Amino acid sequence: MNLTPDDLTAIALSMKIAVTATVISLPFGFATAWLMVFKPFRGKVLLEVLVNLPLTLPPVVIGYFLLLMLGRNGWIGQALASVGIELVFTWKAAVIASATVGFPLLVRSIRLGMESIDRQLLEASRSLGAPWYDTLATVILPLSLRGMVAGSSLMFARSLGEFGATIIVAGNIPGLTQTIPLAIYDYASSPAGTSMALSLCLVSVALSVSVLFVHEVLAKKLEHGG
Amino acid sequence: MKLRIDIEKQQGDFSLKVKTELSGERVGIFGASGSGKSTLIHLISGLTKPDAGKIYLDDDCLFDSQKGIDLSPEKRRIAIVFQQATLFPHLSVKSNLLYGYKRCKPSERRIGLDAVMKALNLEHLIERGVGKLSGGEKQRVALGRAVLANPRLLVMDEPLSALDDSLRYQIIPYLRSVSEEFGIPCLFISHSLTEMRLMTEQVMVIKQGRLDQITTPNKLARANMALSPHGYLNLLRLSNPTMQGWLHHYPWGNGALIISDGRKEGTSLFELSSRDIILFKNHPEAISARNLLECEVMELFEAQGRTGVVLNSDGKTLVAEIVRSAAEELGITPGTTVFAAIKASAFRRLG
Repeated sequence: MNLTPDDLTAIALSMKIAVTATVISLPFGFATAWLMVFKPFRGKVLLEVLVNLPLTLPPVVIGYFLLLMLGRNGWIGQALASVGIELVFTWKAAVIASATVGFPLLVRSIRLGMESIDRQLLEASRSLGAPWYDTLATVILPLSLRGMVAGSSLMFARSLGEFGATIIVAGNIPGLTQTIPLAIYDYASSPAGTSMALSLCLVSVALSVSVLFVHEVLAKKLEHGG
Repeated sequence: MKLRIDIEKQQGDFSLKVKTELSGERVGIFGASGSGKSTLIHLISGLTKPDAGKIYLDDDCLFDSQKGIDLSPEKRRIAIVFQQATLFPHLSVKSNLLYGYKRCKPSERRIGLDAVMKALNLEHLIERGVGKLSGGEKQRVALGRAVLANPRLLVMDEPLSALDDSLRYQIIPYLRSVSEEFGIPCLFISHSLTEMRLMTEQVMVIKQGRLDQITTPNKLARANMALSPHGYLNLLRLSNPTMQGWLHHYPWGNGALIISDGRKEGTSLFELSSRDIILFKNHPEAISARNLLECEVMELFEAQGRTGVVLNSDGKTLVAEIVRSAAEELGITPGTTVFAAIKASAFRRLG
């Protein structure tokens, strides 16, 4: 193993970004999935297309759109700048890039979980005196946990591997916004970097395996618990 | 309970339009599948919104489209027992039972956990996971959960359809007893006439989304005598037999009913088809049927070309079915005495 201090920072940053993106997205993912599964409303198809769009768009395109929106001249960027917040080329921009790209995966998994809930359980809950938000918290949420675990693992893993959108909106600044994939990209483009790149690749593999492993264990636990 | 409904609902090709007033402690809604029974109770309980109309329960408005009133399901306090037990899979039996109880205002809690567990024989199930219950146990827990919500109306939507025959008649006494013991009015939905007769005192019949009639379960059974393949089913609750050989002798007035398929102890419910009773004008000297009952004819009724003969046998009522010409030939009129012959094997034990 051959890791420089910058590599270690890249690993830590990757983890930080992936965890933050997943944690921030989870409530939104749950709410979006709930809307799509349980609420009839106009424009549902539109929401569906919008949510799934990052899955089909090239990440670079997403990154470019984000840059346009969050940059100094973008409408969100301008609003944030007026309160002293600057996102572009910081780790926070990488979080937003990861969240955008991983969001459809998260929503899909939660949706699958929610769709398998027997509707009559919800009717039973309501008829037993639970208001809709109570049913949401005490029936839908616990029965969606498996979908949420699956979605979170997928999204976390996707965030660890995020490259295209991140490099455009957050740049590739060692120690600041350089994540594992960006560091590997740097090493790969220099002739002497082969062994360094391989080391980071191994770290990447180890992280991915860990994520999958944790997911399996949690899923099993939930299965037995239920 | 007094339920006043005047509602309309269009669902795809199906339209439901019912205007009626029901009162009684145990009322049935009877109809074939697809007649609108379930839609109707969804509307009453607030799970589906009617297109227009009003629903009043004991003079409280649950829904009135003109006044813009639409109480949410949790405010209507109408607990439902579904065909499938629909227990919450992530909760224990105890948490399932207490789900509605916890959400009921303390001032409205009349019925507590201990009483319900005792009435429904749930004590030994309480710590189990719901996945480890049998079908009948699940349905009892679902019933207990609904009762513990301390509802003002208990709706049972085909609660027995998912159970097999023997289990079904084991659950019925529980269904009846919770409604009686805890004084909760009950709306019982079923397409089974036998269940209706065991559970309810008054029946609302719906056909294709429209009110057909309001009647008693017994009248309905008599009217359907010719249509059913088994005629009119006499339901007999008999207990404490004595055994003679392989035959069970159940006390019946001053004599006994002799039945092959009995059970040594306790009370059993039997059904006897009106078509399995043969009537004699005079006492037949020798006959293979084990039961020969001297009966008085109480009443005759017509149902699609068949004649139903209501008999009084030692103070108990039986209904036999004959064709009209037989009634004329034998001179069967109210007040006459006839002999009813019934084979010991004609009684079918339900539970």
